[in-house]
Amino acid sequence: MTAAQAEQHNSDEVMVELRDVNKWYGDFHVLKNINLKVTKGERIIICGPSGCGKSTLIRCMNRLEEHQKGDIIVSGITLDDDLKHIDTVRRDIGMVFQQFNLFPHLTVMENCCLAPIWVQKKPRREAEATALQYLERVQIADQASKFPGQLSGGQQQRVAIARSLCMNPSIMLFDEPTSALDPEMIKEVLDVMVDLAHEGMTMLCVTHEMGFAKTVANRVLFMDAGEIIEENEPNEFFDNPQSDRTKLFLSQIL
Amino acid sequence: MTVHVTSPSPSLPPPASSVGVIGWLRENLFSSVTNSIFTLIGLFLIYKLVPPAVNWALFQADWVGTTRDACTSDGACWVFVGVRIKQFLFGFYPPSEYWRVVTAFSMVGVLIAWLLIDRTPKKALVGAFTIFVYPVIAYFLFYGGAFGLPVVETYKWGGLMLTLILATTGMFFSFPIGIILALGRRSSMPIAKSISVVFIEFWRGVPLITVLFMSSVMLPMFIPEEMQIDKLLRAMIGIIFFQSAYMAEVVRGGLQAIPKGQSEAAEALGLSYWKSMTFVILPQALKLVIPGIVNTFIALFKDTTLVLIIGLFDLLAVVQAAFADPKWLGFSVEGYVFVASVYWVSCFSMSRYSQHLEKKLHTGHAR
Repeated sequence: MTAAQAEQHNSDEVMVELRDVNKWYGDFHVLKNINLKVTKGERIIICGPSGCGKSTLIRCMNRLEEHQKGDIIVSGITLDDDLKHIDTVRRDIGMVFQQFNLFPHLTVMENCCLAPIWVQKKPRREAEATALQYLERVQIADQASKFPGQLSGGQQQRVAIARSLCMNPSIMLFDEPTSALDPEMIKEVLDVMVDLAHEGMTMLCVTHEMGFAKTVANRVLFMDAGEIIEENEPNEFFDNPQSDRTKLFLSQIL
Repeated sequence: MTVHVTSPSPSLPPPASSVGVIGWLRENLFSSVTNSIFTLIGLFLIYKLVPPAVNWALFQADWVGTTRDACTSDGACWVFVGVRIKQFLFGFYPPSEYWRVVTAFSMVGVLIAWLLIDRTPKKALVGAFTIFVYPVIAYFLFYGGAFGLPVVETYKWGGLMLTLILATTGMFFSFPIGIILALGRRSSMPIAKSISVVFIEFWRGVPLITVLFMSSVMLPMFIPEEMQIDKLLRAMIGIIFFQSAYMAEVVRGGLQAIPKGQSEAAEALGLSYWKSMTFVILPQALKLVIPGIVNTFIALFKDTTLVLIIGLFDLLAVVQAAFADPKWLGFSVEGYVFVASVYWVSCFSMSRYSQHLEKKLHTGHAR
């Protein structure tokens, strides 16, 4: 995909929309009246102190968590109890986890081909060709026949990204993708994500990598206690935070 | 001024006392005074027990003959087992139909070997044949009643043949039923969950002897004459349900050991519940609990001997019945040793295969 095409993708088409979303864990009100619109090609960084609900927020977008009030609309489909809706949304939305969550009993190649073969019903050959292409893109094609346990953390996370991309999603969710990595491996994962951002992928990323946020983000959301406290362009957000809580948070992590 | 050594110093060989035979002995048998004493006691016991046992069972034993007069030495009289071997293997199955049993077991032997040995082609096809076609063939071979094979009623089945039939059907059915029950117990659907819990807790809470006794004595009283089910079939169902409950708990242990992230990743990729179970969760969970599964299989195999209390003549029962033969009084030790070795060889083989399987399936992930 060329840069020009990527520009075109930055349209007004709404990919994810949250309207007054509320969620409780038992009595604990974890998401409070969340309103959010993500348009095609937008890169959104979500940050905030631990326990503020940022992971829960993106996990609601592919229904790994259920919200109790409000509407979540992904690619025009409302997430409700209808399993068909959930299935359709999940095919269109990729997710990368903090703990990689590769399937340890399958090789890298099998990890990448499992969903395309069994969910998209692609022929094995085609799935493998696609997988190889994405593995090359994350520069790990030479490890395709290894098992995840034989790879380093950074390599595993890159495989996890490739595995998600094999489903050809139009939105990618990243849940603290570099938090479980050794410092020298963070960069290799971030590089892959930067590439992805340049290609016009719609991305929502929970992370504390502020350098990364400055490079790729269109918007930064700051959450605390289940609410979106502040929302701004990255430069404005870092240089000129509005609320006291944001200032406190930034002073602690920068 | 300090000197910086830039190349690593060469590795030295280990001291002679820590390698080789002497090193091994020192480390494993004589590492301390207490261990040395235990080693000596152990050696003494081996010296006292093993040679007499080997002498009795092998060197001083009588092997050939047809009557007890052949047993003249001090050792074991294997003539007893030799004379009775057909009954021990086939029970009261008519000798003219032995070939059917032999064929059925040879077939399953070849099929299982095909599936267990690593380098055989077309495993999926052979597996499907074993699961869907073979049981039908085996049924008609054992029972007859079709293709010109005369019917052999189940009360004539016995000996090792009956033991193996009970054990293999038990394993064949209790494994999948156990998996379904384990999934049911962990399900979020209340009905599936409560059915599984009640089933597991009921069958696990009663002794197998009670189950067998109920199935053979109590059940017929409540069922009208024309609806009576075969006694062997009732015992089989009892064993299958009983072992399924145990299997379910073993499998549940494995399911609980799999991190939640695995099913979340599968869901996030769009895999349905059953696909995620089939391709992601169960392969990992079952691999973890191979020792437990084999443990249950071995227990099941040995528990089949309990069917003797309801008058089915499995291997142990047939051998015990032979003790009552006036011509062969006093050879029970040989009989029991024979039965024990058959069970031991079978169970030990299962154990060895499970160890091989564990090694083969280990994909080097740290957990």
